[in-house]
Amino acid sequence: MRTCLVVDDSSVIRKVARRILEGLDFQIVEAEDGEKALEACRRGLPDAILLDWNMPVMDGYEFLGNLRRMPGGDQPKVVFCTTENDVAHIARALHAGANEYIMKPFDKDIVTAKFQEVGLI
Amino acid sequence: MTPLDYEFLRKLLKERSGLDLSSDKQYLVESRLVPLARKAALQGIPELVQKMKAGGEALITEVVEAMTTNETFFFRDKIPFDHLRETILPALVQARASRQTLRIWCAASSTGQEPYSVAMCVKEFAGLAGWRVEILATDLSQEVLEKSKAGIYSQFEVQRGLPIQMLVKYFTQIGELWQLNPDIRAMVQHRQLNLLQDFSHLGKFDVIFCRNVLIYFDQGTKTAIFERLARMIEPDGVLTLGAAESVVGISEAFKPYLDRRGLYRPNAEGSVRADAKGLLTRALRAVAAG
Repeated sequence: MRTCLVVDDSSVIRKVARRILEGLDFQIVEAEDGEKALEACRRGLPDAILLDWNMPVMDGYEFLGNLRRMPGGDQPKVVFCTTENDVAHIARALHAGANEYIMKPFDKDIVTAKFQEVGLI
Repeated sequence: MTPLDYEFLRKLLKERSGLDLSSDKQYLVESRLVPLARKAALQGIPELVQKMKAGGEALITEVVEAMTTNETFFFRDKIPFDHLRETILPALVQARASRQTLRIWCAASSTGQEPYSVAMCVKEFAGLAGWRVEILATDLSQEVLEKSKAGIYSQFEVQRGLPIQMLVKYFTQIGELWQLNPDIRAMVQHRQLNLLQDFSHLGKFDVIFCRNVLIYFDQGTKTAIFERLARMIEPDGVLTLGAAESVVGISEAFKPYLDRRGLYRPNAEGSVRADAKGLLTRALRAVAAG
């Protein structure tokens, strides 16, 4: 079974994302900020990461930079999922190594389409 | 809505748009037409039907448009567009090398996601640089064509099927909305067209996308449209249907490509007629002589 790390400081968003992704046959690990997400990645790299931008302690952008520098850190497909919905943020994220980008609000159709886009399903 | 009202609407929709409603689709008619009646300050469907019977042409057009399904999204089903990039365009670039023109038709193009997906594929296909590529988008509904021309989509619409790199590359953000850039919009011509009516004036096409529209028609209408489409397509052209559609058992005018799901070519007999000096004719003669 494929694994997906869901990183968001909102427990409601994590719960919604978990429900959608479990429906797509992913096993879910949750983290509430970038720091905790890095710890989770050191324990084991997931296949996919659904990543919020604005979070306390370490934001999603900084997490992504750290992840891509880890051994094997180029492997997980990273899909941003954020309210930062402007071109400048999207361009920065892609430049930093994000594979896809979801602008909140999102639903099951969007998550499915984006995960298909990067070849996760 | 009385059974007579429903029968009236069924018959009218069949004649005007080909929509083939089974006898149990009252809920669909109600969900689409009750809001329309309300907007026109009418009591409900019975009064709407009355006005239509009294000859309300504008109202009839609105009803026909309200009953069409315009569900679409960018790069819908993905596979047809992979075929376009990997098979169809490379083959046509070779076959049309001398005249350097291509004509592509999106029949029932709805709000434009399909023709613009084709346009982006064409734009990114290096072998077509400098070619004259015509992309024609037609639909029954003037309303969806207007939306298509504007090329403005909601955040929700641009996130279904469109890779994020393409959003950044080909769209401009306007507040919460996203508009296709003028160069992509200029690649698509729009025209109102009812597939039930004659479309032979459009000329011949190399590729026809006719996806997820014939499913609403009855068998006889489907067969007739396939026959007419076959006369509009070059002998080596390609017809693309929706993921759940097929010509099998409906028409002999097209044949499926065995290894390319959803792609069809005009049947050999059709191409003999269309291309009397073509290879196929010669091959047949050789067989006859041999």
